[in-house]
Amino acid sequence: MEQVSFPPLSSVVICGGTHGNEMTGVYLVREMQKQKVDKVGSVSINAVMSNPRAVEACTRYTETDLNRCFTDALLSSPITDSTPYEVRRAQELNAQLGPKGSNKAVDMLIDLHNTTSNMGLCLIFDSIDYVTLHIFKYLQSKIPSVPVRSLLLEKPPSEAYSLDSVGKHSFSIEVGPQPNGVVRADIFNIVKEAVDHTIGFLQEFNRGGTFEGGEVEAFTVVKSVDYPRDPMTGEITAAIHPQLQDNDFKLLKRGDPMFLSFTGETVKYEGEELYPLFVNECAYYEKKIAFHLAQKLTHKFPSIRVKKD
Amino acid sequence: MSSYNNTARLTEARRVAIFGGTHGNEMSGVTLVNLWMKNSDEIQRKGVEAKPFITNPKAVEKCTRYVDTDLNRAFTPENLSAPGGDELPYEVQRAQEINRVFGPKGSPDAYDVIFDLHNTTSNMGCTLILESSKDHFNLQMMNYIKKAIAPASCLVLLNEHPLLKYSTSRSVAKHPVGLEVGPQPQGVLRSNIFEAMRVILKHALDFIELFNEGMEFPSCTVEVFRVSERIDYPRDANGNIIAMVHPNLQDCDWEPLNPGDPMFQTFDGKTIHYQGSGTVYPTFINEAAYYEKQQAFVTTRRETLVASAIRKA
Repeated sequence: MEQVSFPPLSSVVICGGTHGNEMTGVYLVREMQKQKVDKVGSVSINAVMSNPRAVEACTRYTETDLNRCFTDALLSSPITDSTPYEVRRAQELNAQLGPKGSNKAVDMLIDLHNTTSNMGLCLIFDSIDYVTLHIFKYLQSKIPSVPVRSLLLEKPPSEAYSLDSVGKHSFSIEVGPQPNGVVRADIFNIVKEAVDHTIGFLQEFNRGGTFEGGEVEAFTVVKSVDYPRDPMTGEITAAIHPQLQDNDFKLLKRGDPMFLSFTGETVKYEGEELYPLFVNECAYYEKKIAFHLAQKLTHKFPSIRVKKD
Repeated sequence: MSSYNNTARLTEARRVAIFGGTHGNEMSGVTLVNLWMKNSDEIQRKGVEAKPFITNPKAVEKCTRYVDTDLNRAFTPENLSAPGGDELPYEVQRAQEINRVFGPKGSPDAYDVIFDLHNTTSNMGCTLILESSKDHFNLQMMNYIKKAIAPASCLVLLNEHPLLKYSTSRSVAKHPVGLEVGPQPQGVLRSNIFEAMRVILKHALDFIELFNEGMEFPSCTVEVFRVSERIDYPRDANGNIIAMVHPNLQDCDWEPLNPGDPMFQTFDGKTIHYQGSGTVYPTFINEAAYYEKQQAFVTTRRETLVASAIRKA
């Protein structure tokens, strides 16, 4: 593949508290604001608390999930008295950090999240972007202490619903397992390391360094599985089976246990071989998702370099 | 039986309640109680009336710890006698209702035993919480449970500290028993945690059945961890936390913490060490609900209690 060049990546925004009870991002953004971090070499850095009301209440959201409010439709919807707080906040963030899709948008937006699932360090991308794929490969080589994986959502820009879709080159860093409302030092340290390495990458890129192309494996969600539920009440009737619990990214094969009902029966998986992720994520009970199933695909990408004027 | 201890004759424990949802986002208890309210076969025992009960339905509905105030701190004498009806905070109203149905607290009409089911984000494994070192019935029950689940472990936390103890939902009963199982995130149901709690309750009910049938339980010793001190996070002048539980202490509930051991790590990477005078056994390390209660963990000291022999009167 031929080398691709990009303009310098000189403005980076680190967002935390997009979900107010995912504490790594909340505390990292607070610390960065306290240290008044604003420039590291050629990279200007801004730390933003995305959902201050939810952070204050230590809850995922106050009226609606902020991280689903960044579709083109919601960003342009008229604001009335009944507009939920998070839809208003999304438009504010889009004005401050975007507008999404325009030349004024920040070069890079990194949104920090936690999950109760055992997903290690997972980068989430809306679409294939050679810059962020290079950062993924770079972080894999720099962080040996936890598994570093990626999830590709493959959403066209207009449908991309998350905060990170506002930046020109963006991704979310999703790290678990961590309970809501808790900050674990080991996870905080890993995320800080990932952010520091990303900034290091950008500095080297801006300096004119070439990053060799290659290939990476990324996961793409194919479908989701809900909990078994009582048909009358909708209440769940089984828990994730102990053999699936904490085994995110481990291939799930036909016949493998999936759920253990409260009356002791095992429910087995009967589909094609796929990789489970977001297994037993707290926030997904209300979205009727026990886990996602993904395929693993290899993506080739070219070497990249900063555009010389 | 034993030559120097008299056997304590205690009234039979006929009325037993199992509370779930005292904190609405602690899912093992919510799920078990809902299950048993639909089908109580599993909790039936001869000579025992076992009543499963959701204590905080509004909090369960919202999957939140509490609506107005923590129900598990609400059973103070002031709250239980407060006038005001619907004007009172929701949980205070609930406390009064629970006290009417399962109490009154401190009276002969109160339920004999209440099991209150809880989860924690801390790595505490299975823990039984005892409120009085002189409750020989509970001590014998806890001894029975520990032996029944061995080699799996079930530790006993004793909270009798005059300043740190609090007025729990279960305190309405003559013999209050807290079951705390972790680690489990709030709002999440883990199969292994759910099943562990279920097994503990099974043995607890077996014990009560045997006791009510007249079995004598000889004097025994029970190792407990007695709550000693509450340790808060380091905070700045505005009350914001400035450090996290240190990676060396995280998940090390019940392991010895010695003076000089790492305790906290600041956000900018510095270690803060434990400065106490002796070895302590920390627990409730990094419990989500305790950030607002100014508690990073509690220290405990190991103690051996002696339980008298007991038999039904």
